[in-house]
Amino acid sequence: MGEKILMKGNEVIAEAALRAGCRHYFGYPITPQTEIAHYFAKKMPQYGGTFIQAESEVAAMNMVYGAASAGARVMTSSSSPGISLKQEAISYSACAELPAVIVNIVRAGPGLGGILASQCDYFQATKGGGHGDYRMVVLAPSSVQELYELVVEAFNIADRYRTLCMIMGDGMLGQMMEAVEFRDSEDICEADKSWAVTGTGMKRDHNIITSIYIDPEVLEKHNQKLQEKYRKIAENETRVEVYNCDDADIIVAAYGTVARIIKNVIKTAEKEGIRVGLIRPVTLWPFPTAAFEKYAQVPQAFLSVEMSAGQMVEDVRLAVNGKRPVHFLGRTGGMIPTQKEILEKIREILK
Amino acid sequence: MAQTDMIFSGFGGQGIQSAGRLIAYAGMLEDKHVSFLPSYGPEMRGGTSNCHVIVSDEPVGSPILNSATVVMAMNRPSMDKFESYLEPGGILLIDSSLINREPVRKDIKVFAIPATQIASDMGNLAFANIVMLGKLIKETGVVSTENFERALKKVLPERKHYLIPDEMKALKTGMDY
Amino acid sequence: MAIVFQRPHALRDTEMHYCPGCTHGIVHRMVAEVIDELGIEGTTIGVSPVGCAYNNYLYFNCDMVQAAHGRAPAVATGIKRVHPDNVVFTYQGDGDLAAIGTAEIVHAANRGEKITTIFINNAIYGMTSGQMAPTTLIGQVTTTSPFGRKPEIEGYPLNVCEMLSTLKGAAYVERVSTHDIKNIRNAKKAIKKAFQVQMAGLGFSIVEVLSTCPTNWGIDPVKALKWVEEKMIPQYPLGNFRGKDLEV
Repeated sequence: MGEKILMKGNEVIAEAALRAGCRHYFGYPITPQTEIAHYFAKKMPQYGGTFIQAESEVAAMNMVYGAASAGARVMTSSSSPGISLKQEAISYSACAELPAVIVNIVRAGPGLGGILASQCDYFQATKGGGHGDYRMVVLAPSSVQELYELVVEAFNIADRYRTLCMIMGDGMLGQMMEAVEFRDSEDICEADKSWAVTGTGMKRDHNIITSIYIDPEVLEKHNQKLQEKYRKIAENETRVEVYNCDDADIIVAAYGTVARIIKNVIKTAEKEGIRVGLIRPVTLWPFPTAAFEKYAQVPQAFLSVEMSAGQMVEDVRLAVNGKRPVHFLGRTGGMIPTQKEILEKIREILK
Repeated sequence: MAQTDMIFSGFGGQGIQSAGRLIAYAGMLEDKHVSFLPSYGPEMRGGTSNCHVIVSDEPVGSPILNSATVVMAMNRPSMDKFESYLEPGGILLIDSSLINREPVRKDIKVFAIPATQIASDMGNLAFANIVMLGKLIKETGVVSTENFERALKKVLPERKHYLIPDEMKALKTGMDY
Repeated sequence: MAIVFQRPHALRDTEMHYCPGCTHGIVHRMVAEVIDELGIEGTTIGVSPVGCAYNNYLYFNCDMVQAAHGRAPAVATGIKRVHPDNVVFTYQGDGDLAAIGTAEIVHAANRGEKITTIFINNAIYGMTSGQMAPTTLIGQVTTTSPFGRKPEIEGYPLNVCEMLSTLKGAAYVERVSTHDIKNIRNAKKAIKKAFQVQMAGLGFSIVEVLSTCPTNWGIDPVKALKWVEEKMIPQYPLGNFRGKDLEV
């Protein structure tokens, strides 16, 4: 590892992508993630790469579709309203099995909403924001260092499975500065990209990248192939942090920056003699169901804390499967749950 | 566990974000865990500017502060907003050149430094934040002056490094005030 | 015995699905002949549209990518930026290019993206069964303008070449037609030049090809060719709008 430097989350995303071999970025400005584009705009020329500020989010994601078809490591980034616009090409890319990384630095919605931190896009990311039966890997880092690790990992997962991979953070993570230590070089998976369009060179049959299958039998077969791939991803790529859960009185489910608040809560609660555990999904899809199953009978109850009106809590309930009550505490609009209100909720549940 | 929770606040243009970043960087150079969270969005456009900085012996939990052990307020609205954030025994540093009211709290330590006046006397208004940081470092010991100087070298672009001796002088003036 | 006529190598030996009298087949053949003549089949990457030509990736022998409705210029941009030395073309109809994909075509042209667009203008949506297109003529009856296109309700026919020719990034802009042999010959010349402009790195190139849709126009193929000549050309005059004198 190199020396520690203090960097902004958004800049780390871009730096990590460059280190992971991403040389093509297509984006459109939107707060609170625009520093990603600033960083690429400045750095890409040094790497001989491409930075395009597209005419729209729609075009940006379709440029990603083109560049991924051509075999490149490619990325786009945006924030909630912009991610909505990208959904068309996200669905097409999922069907055409194109590897690419999409960053969503979530802001509060719905609509144009606000620009402050939120987790209100969990459903959109994990349950399919675009049309059709598809999945994408959704990684939710909770620190700037982890942001770096997971961006690099996202490119590898994308290439390994020919899948889309989303990094989901929030305005707080994108804007905050923390120490980050970069490795001297990255472990980049060497994926076979013989399927990509590069020109036949008159040496092989033509390659076709498509997402249209008019014949229902063929389309069903393609869907089955996709589902099999998603099953494999769920088997191999589920990531979760389990913290303080043995003998916990209550287990909190939280991801991203909210999980950091929970770690403070754990310390404060300890002083009151309350043992709080934390299950932090690092992959929001695939959801770490097994971790919840494993601890389902340990605490008196579960509590999902989110910056949303209650989205991940549905997956927590499915995973806990009625073995314990699952409670919910959420803030919306860019409001951040405070330690104090979380502790009060915990006391109330355990009363 | 030692942890210093700091809120820096003032007008946009007073160097609030740089002040926070410098302390965070210096904290990191001390091998501490640090986080720096700026306010962003509409507040960036000429209104009040603030940031939350944590320097800790342990990994930082939430980077957002609901209470603080140190508040550095460089204008009246900042003091009005963040005085109440201080924990009992906390430290309030105010730029008395620009703030004309007494603090309400009696359970905190207050240091009033005419930082803008001092900086103006030094011939560079942009040093006011550094003067304030001098007092902050003196009273909290959150970072050493050596690491603060190293942080300056990291945070300032190369073309501004010639200012460092004067910045250190401003820091010293603040410490001695 | 000398071979005097054969399928271009760049076209695959596949039966096309187009309706009788549709000129898509002719345009496909011209594009393929140009690819053969320029010897670029091995380096060419085509982008298929949404519309009747959605699966023309099955007809061309080069590498092909199928794009979402209207997005072909953005997809082609992504491809070209990854492989700047390859030849990249899009093949798009008027619903695709001039309605849902207006932003993409304008900005690809304005960036001077080094790609070539073959734009089929037949004044109607074909695949979705004869709806009004931005290029539909005043008074033309379609399934969504059943009383004829009225400017006060549906606005005016969109002249794409005239519009794009105002952009500096568009190096070569030409409108051609397929209604008779002479014009087909001209069309091929224009398509060839458009590819050469791209290969010379001069910027964006587009050839708008006036085409027929006998099925949705509700007339026979011969009358359809006449209709292009008599009705479409007055609205969409043929000729070069930009890059006439480019040396390639």
